[in-house]
Amino acid sequence: MAEIRVQNLRKAFGDFVAVQDSSFVVEDGEFFVMLGPSGCGKTTTLRMIAGLELPTGGNILLGGEDVTMRRARERDIAFVFQLFALYPHMNVRKNIGFPLLAQGMPAVEIRERVEETAKLLRIDHLLNKSVSGLAGGDRQRVALGRAIVRRPKCFLMDEPLGTLDTEFRDLMVHELRELHNRIHATTVYVTHDQMEAMSMADKIAVMNHGVIEQFGTPREIYDRPATMFVADFIGSPPMNFLRFGGGLAKGAKEIVVQGAKVAVPEVREDIAPSDMALGIRPEHIRFDDASKLRGAIYGTEYLGTTQIVAVETADGIIKARVPAEIRLAAGDHVGLSLNSARLSLFDKGSGRAVRTAVHDSASQGRAQHG
Amino acid sequence: MSLTTAHSVVAPSANAKLIAGTIIVAYALISIVPLLWIFATSFKTPPDSIAYPPKVVFQPSIEGYCNLFTTRTRQTPEYINSLGPATGFCDETVRKRNMVIAGPSNFLPRFVNSLIIAFGSTFCAVFLGTLSAYGFSRFKVPLADDLLFFILSTRMMPPIAVAIPIYLMYRELGLSDTALGMILLYTAVNVSLAVWLLKGFIDEIPREYEEAAMIDGYTRLQAFWRTVLPQATTGIAATAIFCLIFAWNEYAFAALLTSGTAQTAPPFIPTIIGEGGQDWPAVAAGTTIFLVPILVFTILLRKQLLRGITFGAVRK
Repeated sequence: MAEIRVQNLRKAFGDFVAVQDSSFVVEDGEFFVMLGPSGCGKTTTLRMIAGLELPTGGNILLGGEDVTMRRARERDIAFVFQLFALYPHMNVRKNIGFPLLAQGMPAVEIRERVEETAKLLRIDHLLNKSVSGLAGGDRQRVALGRAIVRRPKCFLMDEPLGTLDTEFRDLMVHELRELHNRIHATTVYVTHDQMEAMSMADKIAVMNHGVIEQFGTPREIYDRPATMFVADFIGSPPMNFLRFGGGLAKGAKEIVVQGAKVAVPEVREDIAPSDMALGIRPEHIRFDDASKLRGAIYGTEYLGTTQIVAVETADGIIKARVPAEIRLAAGDHVGLSLNSARLSLFDKGSGRAVRTAVHDSASQGRAQHG
Repeated sequence: MSLTTAHSVVAPSANAKLIAGTIIVAYALISIVPLLWIFATSFKTPPDSIAYPPKVVFQPSIEGYCNLFTTRTRQTPEYINSLGPATGFCDETVRKRNMVIAGPSNFLPRFVNSLIIAFGSTFCAVFLGTLSAYGFSRFKVPLADDLLFFILSTRMMPPIAVAIPIYLMYRELGLSDTALGMILLYTAVNVSLAVWLLKGFIDEIPREYEEAAMIDGYTRLQAFWRTVLPQATTGIAATAIFCLIFAWNEYAFAALLTSGTAQTAPPFIPTIIGEGGQDWPAVAAGTTIFLVPILVFTILLRKQLLRGITFGAVRK
């Protein structure tokens, strides 16, 4: 196992820049997830780490060794593809043993290793079956088996659960994390599904348009989004944005939104007057008739334990997550109270988060712009 | 079944099936009649073969096959009587027509030429076709579309249009009337078909297979050999049949460029007609034997051939 160090990685296809100046470090044994919408450059980054694409610029170090321009087969990594890429003309045993065959390992040893791996993944009863008859979850396990049998430096996974149905997907998320806890293999996992990312990752990099918007733990990314894109991409429903004007002075503790004063975490930097946005997650909004920030109920979405309430304010729809017991009717006027400790402030021009007291405890949740 | 249902989703009615079945069977019968007639003629005697009205029921004879494989000379009955007893069935049949067997005919060597040239060129075309199709399918080839069009353009003109330049070129190069020359020529014609057909088949194989193999420690060539090729066998087999049928049946170039040692069966068979009257049974016998290799090859690979014909029509 090894750490992966990516430095100023860049990839252009003609005029189109797929990945811009990305830098991050995946520590030894870490489960790292690259998250972003399709076309954001996450798969391209993964393929460059694998050696399936060569970067236009930058370096990739595996375990301290520069492998930027090495061939895929010289990198000692394993890759799990979205469509699994199981060889239809081989049975499960041959599929799993295929990487060992390349190393010229004796047949007896291959047999042992394959069986050991199959036991670990609980597919030892399928070894002599044809891969074409397997169910989605089992195909996934065979693909994983082919990856771990060689004990490579790291695992790269490209949306490996993308084609499974929801039921299997939840099961495999659990199994993948459990497997990782047992073998502690450095893993880079690409997905567009925030639930997968949040539930499995040690660290997440959120990407958009070839740029890493934020790199951090799931908690940092959720609680302290570095940019408006991250705030909007993570969370369901996503973070609400309320516009406010004017600049911010260092030490400010209050802003005015739609004529209502709202307490905010102490601002740690000066911001020149410009369009700003206050970001607040739906679960950090409460109904409070005393509040000056008001709106009319537009609709509700009942979810059992909670409900999502859409409130029409002077600045568009705001969604709040409130306990399911509260009875509400469309058209009711309500006051909104925001949890000041949990809100974020953004500069709308750059999309960047303003440094406030919530950033004091951690310094890692920084944005990396190219 | 109501009239309001969209007819594309309606199962065919019993009547429709009957009509469709009848048409197919009738078409099959019409198609097979000439073949059956050739087969029957090959077992007729020369007088039976030109009898009018044509004989459907006749006394089978292998005279046609005897004549196909031998050359004969006409002799006086006295001379024939002076010979010893007939050495075989063919000898006996021939003597009844006041002839003696002078030696083997050229049919067998011509047939062997056909086998060598057709199979040789098919192998070369499929081999080169697979490699270039893989290249076009997987790599960024500069001007790929133009190159593919250029490759295909070799099939856009009739052979006769290029016959004279090729004839002159071959004479200069010493390739006239050689098996090598014919293999090269048929390979050149077939390789375009092979590239286009195989590119389609290889495009359908996800590249993840090779990428997985390359990450797992194989070179690109090993990955191609172990993961792409096994999955392309259907396409390769279908392509091979198409190439073989072309090379086997080709007449124009063969007639023009071969005359002796490298002559193939298609230009040879018509020459039988001229030898001592119109020997239709011998021609039919030659044609019947000529059909056998393609028949066997096609039956062996019929599933792949069907897949090749319906290629692109059905999505997985």
